[in-house]
Amino acid sequence: MRPSLSLALRLSTAATAGVLALVIAARPGIAADDAAAGQALFKTKCTACHSVDADRIGPRLQNVVGRPVASVPTYSYSPALKKLGGGWTPARLDQWLSGTQKMAPGSKMFLQVDDPAQRRLIVAYLQSVSEPSGLAAKK
Amino acid sequence: MGLIQRGAVGDRRNFLAGAGVVTLGIGAIGMTTARADAADRPSNDVGVIQTALAIEHEGIAAYRIAGKSGLLSASTLKVALTFMGHHQQHRDSLAKLVTQMGGHPVQPKTDADYIADLKLGTLKSESDIVALATTLERGAASAYIGQINALKDPQIARLFGSISADEAVHWTTLNNAAGTPIPAAAYLFA
Ligand code: HEC
Repeated sequence: MRPSLSLALRLSTAATAGVLALVIAARPGIAADDAAAGQALFKTKCTACHSVDADRIGPRLQNVVGRPVASVPTYSYSPALKKLGGGWTPARLDQWLSGTQKMAPGSKMFLQVDDPAQRRLIVAYLQSVSEPSGLAAKK
Repeated sequence: MGLIQRGAVGDRRNFLAGAGVVTLGIGAIGMTTARADAADRPSNDVGVIQTALAIEHEGIAAYRIAGKSGLLSASTLKVALTFMGHHQQHRDSLAKLVTQMGGHPVQPKTDADYIADLKLGTLKSESDIVALATTLERGAASAYIGQINALKDPQIARLFGSISADEAVHWTTLNNAAGTPIPAAAYLFA
């Protein structure tokens, strides 16, 4: 297409990557590399349905680590997920991604991530956009 | 369309035929077990299709709203409208399946919702729009593949495979237009 479009896109991608690196570096407890790799996986596997800061096909995922299950007030959850109870820990998120229908049969999410290494990176990314690491809380 | 109509029936026998082949070697008892397992596993197919339908609604709205923004050049607009047409055809197939399976197809959100959810108001240029569309198409190609395992009916699984391929063509076209290199590692959407 037109060269200006291609240049603008590359610049904006570079800028986003730079900001992300800074943000992740500022979070204690999560390896920056893991969170960045997890973000790339999130972009491929999750963004059809989720944004970090807006409800789409699925609920927003900012601050999901530490959040009670099915607790975004603006999102209409399935009865199955509403009755699951408890909160989202990294371990429970790993369980969720390895089989949503085993954990909450009848849930509206069916995507499954079979590779444990990919799950670990995705959960690291979710941690990087959650409290108490800090920045995510300051909206 | 023929493929989709056949898939729509949710024909359990197709699935069982596949299960039977796997267990033929272990004889009649093994086969009975496989049948029982297949029959016991409840079908989530309608739910999986509804989620896919919601993705198509969102994609249609994104192209439609971006198409009216005045930010797209004539050539890009033409491609965007072609892709929107594909998403509309996917929507129609999926909605028809839901109806045939006795469900009520999920309806689109309002344009105001889509504008807020996708932050369409912040898109200031053609490249912004292309970048968003690239992300959504990549996610869609991947989401269809990622949900095939959840499907019981192989005809619907096949439909998901073919929709995923359409989304992959959209992604490739947009990605090339932006001049972004194709990733070296295979399994781009896995
Ligand atoms: C095809 C659409 C789709 C894809 C792709 C998808 N999700 Fe979901 N997700 C949903 C839906 C729908 C829900 C709501 C489930 C319910 O109400 O039963 C959900 C719920 C969730 C929840 C529970 C949130 C809460 O508030 O309790 C988490 C966590 C989650 N998804 C993470 C992910 C991650 C991580 C990925 C990528 C690996 C992903 N999802 C991919 C559709 C999707």
